[in-house]
Amino acid sequence: MEFLTNPLNLVIFFPLVGVLVLVFMPAGRKNLLRWTALLASLVTFGLSIWMLTQFDKSNPDLQLALNLPWIQVAGWDIRYAVGVDGLSILLVLLTTFLSPISILSTWTAVEERVKDFMLFFLLLEVGMLGVFLAQDLFLFYIFWEFTLVPMYFLIGIWGGPRRIYAAIKFFLYTMAGSILMLLAILWLGIYQGTFSVPDLLLKGVIPADIQLWLFLAFAAAFAIKVPMWPLHSWLPDAHVEAPTAGSVILAGVLLKMGTYGFIRFNIPLFPDASVRLAPWIALLAVIGIIYGAAVSYAQKDVKKLVAYSSVSHLGFVMLGLFALNAQGIEGGILQMINHGLSTGALFLLVGMVYEQTHTRELAVYGGLWKIMPVYGTVMLIVALSSMGLPGLNGFVGEFTILLGAFGSKAIGSPWFAGIAAAGVILAAVYILYMFQKMFLGPEGSIVAEVKQHGHALRDLNWREIVTIVPLLVFIFWIGLYPKPFFELMAPTVEKLLSVLP
Amino acid sequence: MIPLTWYLVLSAILFAMGALGVLIRRNALIIFMSIELMLNAANLAFVAFARQYDVFTGQLFVFFVMTVAAAEVAVGLALIVAIFRTKHSIDVDQMSSLKG
Amino acid sequence: METLFNLVPLVVFLPLLGLLLNMAFGGRMGEKAIGALASAASGLTFLVSVLLAVALWAGGGEAQVVPFAEWIRIGTLDIPWNFRVDTLSVTMMLVVSGVGTLIHIYAIGYMHEDVRFKHDEKRYRRFFVFMNLFIMMMMLLVSGDSYLMLFVGWEGVGLCSFLLIGFWYDMDTLGRPSWANANAAKKAFITNRIGDLGFLLAGMTLFWHFGSLQFGEVFNQAEQIAAAQPGVMLVITLFMLIGVAGKSAQIPLYVWLPDAMAGPTPVSALIHAATMVTAGVYLVARSAPLYSQVPDAQYIVALVGAVTALFAATIAVGQYDIKKVLAYSTISQLGFMVAAVGMGAYVAGMFHLVTHAFFKALLFLSAGSVILGLERGHHHLAHHAGEHGEVFDPGDMRNMGGLRKRMPVTFWLYIIGTLALVGIFPFAGFWSKDEILLDAAKLHPELYILLTIAAFFTAFYMGRQVWMVWFGKPRHAAAEHAEESPRVITVPLMVLAGLSLLGGALNLPGVHSLGHWLEHSIEVLEHELHLPAWLEISWGGLNPLVALVTTLLALLAIFISWLLYGRKPLEGGQKDPLKKPLGFLFTGMENKWFVDEIYRAVLLKPYEALCRFLAEVIDWRFWHDWFHDKVIAGTYNYLARTVLDLRVDQQGIDAFANGLGELTKRASTTLRRVQNGFVRSYALAVLFGVVVILGYLILK
Repeated sequence: MEFLTNPLNLVIFFPLVGVLVLVFMPAGRKNLLRWTALLASLVTFGLSIWMLTQFDKSNPDLQLALNLPWIQVAGWDIRYAVGVDGLSILLVLLTTFLSPISILSTWTAVEERVKDFMLFFLLLEVGMLGVFLAQDLFLFYIFWEFTLVPMYFLIGIWGGPRRIYAAIKFFLYTMAGSILMLLAILWLGIYQGTFSVPDLLLKGVIPADIQLWLFLAFAAAFAIKVPMWPLHSWLPDAHVEAPTAGSVILAGVLLKMGTYGFIRFNIPLFPDASVRLAPWIALLAVIGIIYGAAVSYAQKDVKKLVAYSSVSHLGFVMLGLFALNAQGIEGGILQMINHGLSTGALFLLVGMVYEQTHTRELAVYGGLWKIMPVYGTVMLIVALSSMGLPGLNGFVGEFTILLGAFGSKAIGSPWFAGIAAAGVILAAVYILYMFQKMFLGPEGSIVAEVKQHGHALRDLNWREIVTIVPLLVFIFWIGLYPKPFFELMAPTVEKLLSVLP
Repeated sequence: MIPLTWYLVLSAILFAMGALGVLIRRNALIIFMSIELMLNAANLAFVAFARQYDVFTGQLFVFFVMTVAAAEVAVGLALIVAIFRTKHSIDVDQMSSLKG
Repeated sequence: METLFNLVPLVVFLPLLGLLLNMAFGGRMGEKAIGALASAASGLTFLVSVLLAVALWAGGGEAQVVPFAEWIRIGTLDIPWNFRVDTLSVTMMLVVSGVGTLIHIYAIGYMHEDVRFKHDEKRYRRFFVFMNLFIMMMMLLVSGDSYLMLFVGWEGVGLCSFLLIGFWYDMDTLGRPSWANANAAKKAFITNRIGDLGFLLAGMTLFWHFGSLQFGEVFNQAEQIAAAQPGVMLVITLFMLIGVAGKSAQIPLYVWLPDAMAGPTPVSALIHAATMVTAGVYLVARSAPLYSQVPDAQYIVALVGAVTALFAATIAVGQYDIKKVLAYSTISQLGFMVAAVGMGAYVAGMFHLVTHAFFKALLFLSAGSVILGLERGHHHLAHHAGEHGEVFDPGDMRNMGGLRKRMPVTFWLYIIGTLALVGIFPFAGFWSKDEILLDAAKLHPELYILLTIAAFFTAFYMGRQVWMVWFGKPRHAAAEHAEESPRVITVPLMVLAGLSLLGGALNLPGVHSLGHWLEHSIEVLEHELHLPAWLEISWGGLNPLVALVTTLLALLAIFISWLLYGRKPLEGGQKDPLKKPLGFLFTGMENKWFVDEIYRAVLLKPYEALCRFLAEVIDWRFWHDWFHDKVIAGTYNYLARTVLDLRVDQQGIDAFANGLGELTKRASTTLRRVQNGFVRSYALAVLFGVVVILGYLILK
């Protein structure tokens, strides 16, 4: 009974109810299927809000936790343990928040095999929520790997022309890193005698040289997922080929699983190694920031541009997390949310115009603001949020990260933050380039081409506005009043910092 | 009384004629008739031995052979008709589909 | 009186309300109503600023901090959104909202015509939304109580600048479909962002050494930290200078401002002359307690300002576009202000900031009136000819001439603005510029010389412009048919002209009302100076020698410009008379000393090439295609397909099994000949078999 009434379990597994209902529905009733999936994800969102109301933000420990024996074989103690704290609650909310939005975005974009799409999508949601809530390494690993499967199919079935290549690359690349993590998990389970994360924290300190290896093994899985430079090669392929909803979830949530992994496992479990490796991680992060921004600028495909911008943005997150001070880590966590909102919104918006034009080639666009004023304005706001304009969400995250990294003792030098700050200029360069090429200037050739096919470009319709407005609300909210968001994570981050040497 | 040897010689001649017919003729009907000839040669031998040793088994066998022959003719003719329908010929040399 | 201070959030929220109302209901309102609403929002902001000034005056000028909301708080980092009401911020508020309101009113008339000439009447509302947004952001900038809140406004006005420069984003300044305006907007934003990086770095250094970004807490520790870590103070102030150079268009980041003239003229007047570009000056004045601690940084700031003042003035001489001349003039005048605040002459700098806002706005708006006048003339002609044939540039001074007869009101307003800018007694510019020059003469004689030469050039290029635009004969049919602007445009100009005439009264020598007003916010350190005798002369605070030198030089410059451009007016198609005597120097001035080209070649092109190289060669061909697809996937494929599949599996294990099969097959091929399909041969075989078996049985 406890298993079923735990709020976290309800959140994780409610999408499965939707899956069960969907299975018994006729595949031809597309709208019914869509509404059902939307409803399932909305109820999940509602449940996560209910979870939030029960969350005590002044408590730094795991809350609403459930810890049941699960697999007890040969002396192994594998438990079904879930719990939520300041590190994960925002990410859980982000997941349940982005899921209905992504489903809404598929309304007219996905016409084939709607049933299968929705099934995979809801399964993916289960996996992601499980990753953020699991507190047992074994359980975490299962959810972690489980998310690969639905995503593989989402890219491989509903993707673009090179979808099979992209799907396989995505799957294998992430899998390769996970294997190393599995070895490290087994080491911990065998030598520390438990897989449970809170229990592991109570055990004695692991010797520093072993910490280093374990850190690297975990980092292999997480760094690929983030992706940290130079392990980002799967990302542009996956993003370009994935359907819009897939890209939104991929950028919005899946990448955060990597950064979340670092803060949930690497930093608290291997504090000495974290401090020791912080400058190196910061170095990779800074390279990623500059490199991602520069490469973005040279892209001709909008989606690819946004994909590389993720490399840059996630570099900021990593820089913040490994500043290992309050400003850096809280900024980093907030920036995860920001990136989910802003880049998610960018992918949604790109998808909306792609549905009408069927091209993402920047060169054929131009002058859209005049034809689609609402779309242009929304895109402007999202673009500005992505380049960190004060008053919008991106700034709060980036500024606190830079500030944290600038004075970080672990990183040890303000140069990292100084160079990363130059990424703010480069972000303006590529974002404005994209905005200009699409919305400013004279009318692009695509306008006439669409007209030739008998229908002019239209501005956003009501469904699309409903899809995007919630994101805008949070973009402004976090930008203007981030206090409630920082409050949720502050005690946990403080506790996390207290274990660092 | 005609000695047994004579019957057996006649039977052997008839059998040899039948066997030769089967081996050298190409018309399926003729081959059939040759087979009948061989069967009847065997019947003759049975009957001759039956009279010589005064047992009924030989005569019994003759009836049995005649029944089998009648059945065989029915099946065989049906086969020939079927083959004729597809091949428009009853030349056995044309029927070599089973050649390895 | 005290409660009046609580009104201060209104300076941000009134413009916000204005723009929200216009966004929500503007679609159903007429142009007049949209413009009136926006102007009212700005006007009410001005009213609030006046009330604040009164409250401040009544309270003896004591600075007030009005807490408003919490913003970012993490660990030791605490940045609330507080408003700072002191004489400095209120002065800025008054200038921004006052000049801003006049420009809003002017824009009602200006944009009415502009959107019609550009054939997109729907964009009228958007203009006023952006203008209100700008007022809001500028107010945020000047009213914030911490460096970060200042930065919020700082970036916000940069955004508005981007939006308004790119207002006609689908055309160039002549209305032809083009990327030009959009590019100008992007250039402005990115150049500003380079400056913002400096600001950001300064902010981060500040925080980690001062533990706060609040003005009060920072300034209190300034002396102490300057004594302990002089290097840190130098770094902070120099990083800040980068920000100043970006926003206030100083060398080396001034290049965006001339291009910014792509925006509609009210924008050039408000943002790119009167208010936003002075934010850098405000920043230095605000940070006076920091700068006062590091004379080296002060000197560098002053040097940058003075060099910019002269450099931009030389370029202005070679420009033909009426707005470009004014743009370079603005850069030059900003140089004066930056030099002043850099030297520590904060009052002189702020004084010039205020008067400059008056007369430069006047000049820009009058120039806008001229451009509209020419547009009207051109429109009139095209209407008669029934076609819109040639591309006509209404801003090119070579198309003008003799306009004083066609547009007399604008003419007189322009003359007032010119005299104020040139610094002729008793116009506002005379007093403020003189004060800067006097301070420069006292503190840094070499900068005084640079600035005086810049002032000479100022008089020259303004003289050149006046002769070219207003005198002589019309050089284009459109100028011949130019029409005067309506009252909604000229009346705000008259107000500005009045201010340009009387603005000097704000800080007359000897009285120093502005100086005493600002004393409450800026601690002015009096240096002990050993001055030459001629600088010690004071007629009630006015040094007659400095004033005389400047005035005489100005008059001389105007006289030379008359010799070149007034005595024998330019004819249509004639080359500039300076071209011959100055030769390549003039070519340099005409082409802005090729700075844009140099930046393009040295910075922009290499960066683009680097990005392309990284993206195409490193990331894609090397890392994606070669390393991942060829090396990793390729090696695996080779191992799997060639080695294991082909060599081991197919050629090893399979080959053995297949060999057995092959053997059987060969044998059966030989044996199958027996099966010839002839019934007779089978029968023969049977017979043969029977004979053999029988024979065996018999012979056994």
